[in-house]
Amino acid sequence: MARRAAPEINAGSMADIAFLLLIFFLVTTTMDVDTGITRKLPPPVENPDEDVDVKERNVLKILVNNKDMLMVDGKRSDVRQLKDKAKDFMALHPDNPDYPEVAPKFIEELGREVPSSKGVISLKNDRGTSYEMYIQVQNELARAFNEMKDEKSVELFGVKYSQLVDETKMDIINALVPVRISEAEPEDIGGGS
Amino acid sequence: MSRFKTKKGKGGASINTSSLPDIIFMLLFFFMVSTTMREVTVRVKQQMPEATEIQKLDKKSLVSFIYIGEPKNAKLYGTNSRIQLNDVFADVDDIPEFIAKERESRDEADRKFLTTSLKVDGSTKMGIVTDVKQELRKSGAFKINYSTRKKVKRNR
Repeated sequence: MARRAAPEINAGSMADIAFLLLIFFLVTTTMDVDTGITRKLPPPVENPDEDVDVKERNVLKILVNNKDMLMVDGKRSDVRQLKDKAKDFMALHPDNPDYPEVAPKFIEELGREVPSSKGVISLKNDRGTSYEMYIQVQNELARAFNEMKDEKSVELFGVKYSQLVDETKMDIINALVPVRISEAEPEDIGGGS
Repeated sequence: MSRFKTKKGKGGASINTSSLPDIIFMLLFFFMVSTTMREVTVRVKQQMPEATEIQKLDKKSLVSFIYIGEPKNAKLYGTNSRIQLNDVFADVDDIPEFIAKERESRDEADRKFLTTSLKVDGSTKMGIVTDVKQELRKSGAFKINYSTRKKVKRNR
């Protein structure tokens, strides 16, 4: 049987079809990358009356009222100073009663004990605090901890924490600089919302 | 004798358009890869606060969103901050059910990695956010993300 040459398909409308698909995807999709501050919520307390005993010197109290004013350890403060205050508080100050206690902590990956601060940052906000302010405070605290991680990482491994690739190294830094931000159980402070 | 010759049947050289579909397909694939499907219509104002210490949320399929803010249609819904779950306005009490549904729709192995992203308008008061957080704690969704925009670094 004689073979006939396959008839050529007209591809002129291919561009139109592709355009149609392109426009469909342009309209229905978004390109924004979601970014944000990741936090872990504590599990709900079983006994609300039962208070965990934490020594006064181990806690840095941060209060934000409904006028978005900041109080750090009983004194009025500013968001711009918060990072340095938090860093100073979490840094190791052995034998100084104004700063949190220092206790040795065994780090498995390092195989030895290292001094570690027992400090906790306690954040308490009012129902009337604006979300903007809350994020600013959270951001400053995150910055404090990230800077401490970077410093520790440079000291131990010579590179910043964000540039670490090895996961065990990351674990070591995370064990050495634990992010200890405690958020108080909500209650109304400083005038309603 | 005419000075102006009419060009008849002698059209300009046509441009070869046979590669046009390829170009368009290339664009199409770029958009298909780099974008994500818009799933919900946001009905609340979303002016996110800015922050510097932000992390990227990867694994979009393991993120459920809670939108909080003033309704865009103030005439209909007033100006009080509202919670939006999926496509509808909801109350704080609806959150456990929402979380349970979100969890059920995911693969069993992935459930513990489920993150809740709080997309909250900057002018919202913390009261409603705190209520939502308490509700999330009760329903066991501990991993949360405060959605923020990246702050443009300025020289201080």
